[in-house]
Amino acid sequence: MTKLLEWLLGVSFVGIAWGLVTFDLLDLQLPSVCKEVAWPIPVYLLVVFGCYSLATVGYRVATFNDCEDAAKELQAQIKEAKEDLKQKGLKM
Amino acid sequence: SAAVQVSSVMRSTNKSQQRGDKYSVLLPTYNERENLPLIIWLLVKYFGDSGYDFEIIVIDDGSPDGTLQVAEQLQKIYGEDRILLRPRAKKLGLGTAYIHGIQHATGNFVIIMDADLSHHPKFIPRFIEKQKEGGYDLVSGTRYRGDGGVYGWDLRRKLISRGANFLTQVLLRPGASDLTGSFRLYKKEVLERLVERCVSKGYVFQMEMIVRARQLGYSVGEVPISFVDRVYGESKLGGNEIVSFVKGLLTLFATT
Repeated sequence: MTKLLEWLLGVSFVGIAWGLVTFDLLDLQLPSVCKEVAWPIPVYLLVVFGCYSLATVGYRVATFNDCEDAAKELQAQIKEAKEDLKQKGLKM
Repeated sequence: SAAVQVSSVMRSTNKSQQRGDKYSVLLPTYNERENLPLIIWLLVKYFGDSGYDFEIIVIDDGSPDGTLQVAEQLQKIYGEDRILLRPRAKKLGLGTAYIHGIQHATGNFVIIMDADLSHHPKFIPRFIEKQKEGGYDLVSGTRYRGDGGVYGWDLRRKLISRGANFLTQVLLRPGASDLTGSFRLYKKEVLERLVERCVSKGYVFQMEMIVRARQLGYSVGEVPISFVDRVYGESKLGGNEIVSFVKGLLTLFATT
């Protein structure tokens, strides 16, 4: 199964469950509280997911390591390499 | 302490010789005259220190800047058993460069990395240890975990990178944290099978490799790496790259 199908399956499962409760399609005589809670849930989910995404990406950008030391080490090694290669007879 | 170092080198040499493992490093190059000697010097240094058997396969795609001539000089310095030159007449893309390189590789493991010094050979011994530790089919370097990171990226670049990575994780759940990185160690036969199946280009190619690896049930290990953006030459991330990345991502989303 492709990831697209997995998503469609998941979304339609949630959608069906939501529709059943909100419009009481099975005539279960659910208390009206259930309906009131259920109908805005898709919007809640979207908002929560959006917030989670922004927070996660924001946090990860803020904590992205800057490898200053790695850059310095590399610069020093480049110098060393150039001298050594020159000695070994490399012509650039 | 020199004696200790020598004996530890000899120990690890014996260890890897007993197992008969050999590591072939594929270096696809295009106009890397400045960087090639440096990356090869570093590779020789770190393989020498750790004692693993290795060869470096330079696949130059007809660079007009004379990369191949520099590579020939390096071959004279380090020997024809260490540096193999397998040039091609013109630029033909990464996937075919790997196929071309694998055909000439004598190692049972293949390491792929960029020749522009953004991937540091000091991590290779860690890749090898990680592979041995878990018997992994492939070990991928990751900029997004542990001590991993980048150097030389501004906020915009970091934001795009993290955003794209998050989106990919949500859509594909690939079980690896760095999908677009191209510093990896593969069992040779695993790389052969993957390259056959991968059709994408550019960033998406690396992503497809790891997604297909998961699909085929291969195990993936990860090692944090520091990515130091190009020292010589330019690296670009423009609108075109982003559009083709999104296209590739959606293609993988719909087909894997």
